[in-house]
Amino acid sequence: MKKYLAFFRLRFSMGLQYRTAALAGIITQFAWAIMEILMFRAFYQADASSFPMTFQAACSYVWMQQAFLALFMAWMMENEIFDSIVNGNIAYELCRPVNVYHMWFARSLANRFSKAVLRCLPILLAAAFIPAPYGLMLPESPGAFFLFLFTLFMGTGVTVAFCMLVYMISFFTLSPQGIRMVSVSVVEFLSGATIPLPFFPDQVRSILELLPFASMQNVPLRIYSGDLCGTAAWQAAGLQLFWLFALFSLGRIIDALAMKKITVQGG
Amino acid sequence: MITAQHISKTYKVSKRDAGFSSAFKALFRKEYEYIHALNDVSFTILDGEMVGYIGPNGAGKSSTIKILSGILTPDAGTCRINGLIPWKNRIEHVKNIGVVFGQRTQLWWDVPVLDSFELLKEIYRINTRTYRQNLEQLCHMLNLSELLKTPVRQLSLGQRMRCELAASLLHDPAILFLDEPTIGLDAVSKLAVRDFILKLNKEKHTTVILTTHDMQDIEALTSRIILIGKGKILLDGSIHDIKKGQESTEEALAAFYRSHDI
Repeated sequence: MKKYLAFFRLRFSMGLQYRTAALAGIITQFAWAIMEILMFRAFYQADASSFPMTFQAACSYVWMQQAFLALFMAWMMENEIFDSIVNGNIAYELCRPVNVYHMWFARSLANRFSKAVLRCLPILLAAAFIPAPYGLMLPESPGAFFLFLFTLFMGTGVTVAFCMLVYMISFFTLSPQGIRMVSVSVVEFLSGATIPLPFFPDQVRSILELLPFASMQNVPLRIYSGDLCGTAAWQAAGLQLFWLFALFSLGRIIDALAMKKITVQGG
Repeated sequence: MITAQHISKTYKVSKRDAGFSSAFKALFRKEYEYIHALNDVSFTILDGEMVGYIGPNGAGKSSTIKILSGILTPDAGTCRINGLIPWKNRIEHVKNIGVVFGQRTQLWWDVPVLDSFELLKEIYRINTRTYRQNLEQLCHMLNLSELLKTPVRQLSLGQRMRCELAASLLHDPAILFLDEPTIGLDAVSKLAVRDFILKLNKEKHTTVILTTHDMQDIEALTSRIILIGKGKILLDGSIHDIKKGQESTEEALAAFYRSHDI
């Protein structure tokens, strides 16, 4: 465990040094959030009663999503991991007394957390000062806030476990690009990154909510904005636990297969 | 002790002619060729030996190193290194070995060298006292003290290679595999690396297995060479068995390769 913690530490401190990237990210995320909110505003002005969330809840959803973007965005996969698989630098990682899956899992978590830590505070602060209904509202109760925090971590875990599947499958393909592009688009659409899941038609939504993608950002963001509460919130958290466990186990199985047949090519 | 018996490894290589039409044909039917990278290879290496493992490009050197370091599973044959089968007990086995691939890097690119070393300390669970001792000793022998705080991306190749060597030795491995450690280095760095390997073998009794194309490496470092060609061991002896009185090792070796048609 301690060695994986060391990986986490090193990747985390490495992530903290990319300051310009963080600044650029913050600016982009502000612009994006404002655009999305303006779009929602136009819809809500047409007919506010036909939407499943209040306008203020939708704004909070967008701000929280932009603040914690780095935790949930599937496209933030680590190029270094793909590179090491494609160019064979994985040889070195295999010469260490560590499990490759666990090592990369720790590393991906650290990468996401370090990015989120640098970016979330300025966005949250600014959004809190924007007047209602456009700004970030406070959570309904302390209980809801703690459940939000818990599901935030679980959601990150599910996202990383999913990305790990993509890394592991890359061991079997010549180039990781294809699987990467497909999976990123699928996650983007089905996880509520493009539009929140409640905006989908009811029948589609009830299926989507059972998929692993709904266990990523959908749960914490909706708990924060008050859209998901009570028993339904706890059920969603339970489902997150299940998917985390399921994706993790599947990843470990592919990992074991890959380690058996891996060939590091070239001298 | 390392014993390898009857190791064989075959690679499946996809083949096609150049050009658009063959590329199109390969969409439907891929053709493969089987290359015997290793064909019944056996040898024994004792503790504390320094062995040069040489052969022309594509002879199977790297495959052997990969099998010995547990990252490649052979098709047939057995191998035991200090009682362990490398590819079956990978995690146990790699605790006792150090590996340097001259053409790859194990250091983290954007952070100071010392950060990578600290990570290795945790990975190998080196206790703090041993770590300090080893680090100090390696710094002294390889002249690293100036480099430790520099990010790896800003090191020259020679500086980086010295750091790579240190990184592979922090955990006191009993066996060190060096895959072309002097490739691309200038004369001064080469001499420093050679010097260091000699000292290491003498002082810590580390078993060293070295692959290289640089005959001066071989002459300076190893008393025993294993020569491999087309996946088979052609010679297991000393450099004099190849030289046979000739002056230039390079030419003697080229003549040897030619006479064996490899």
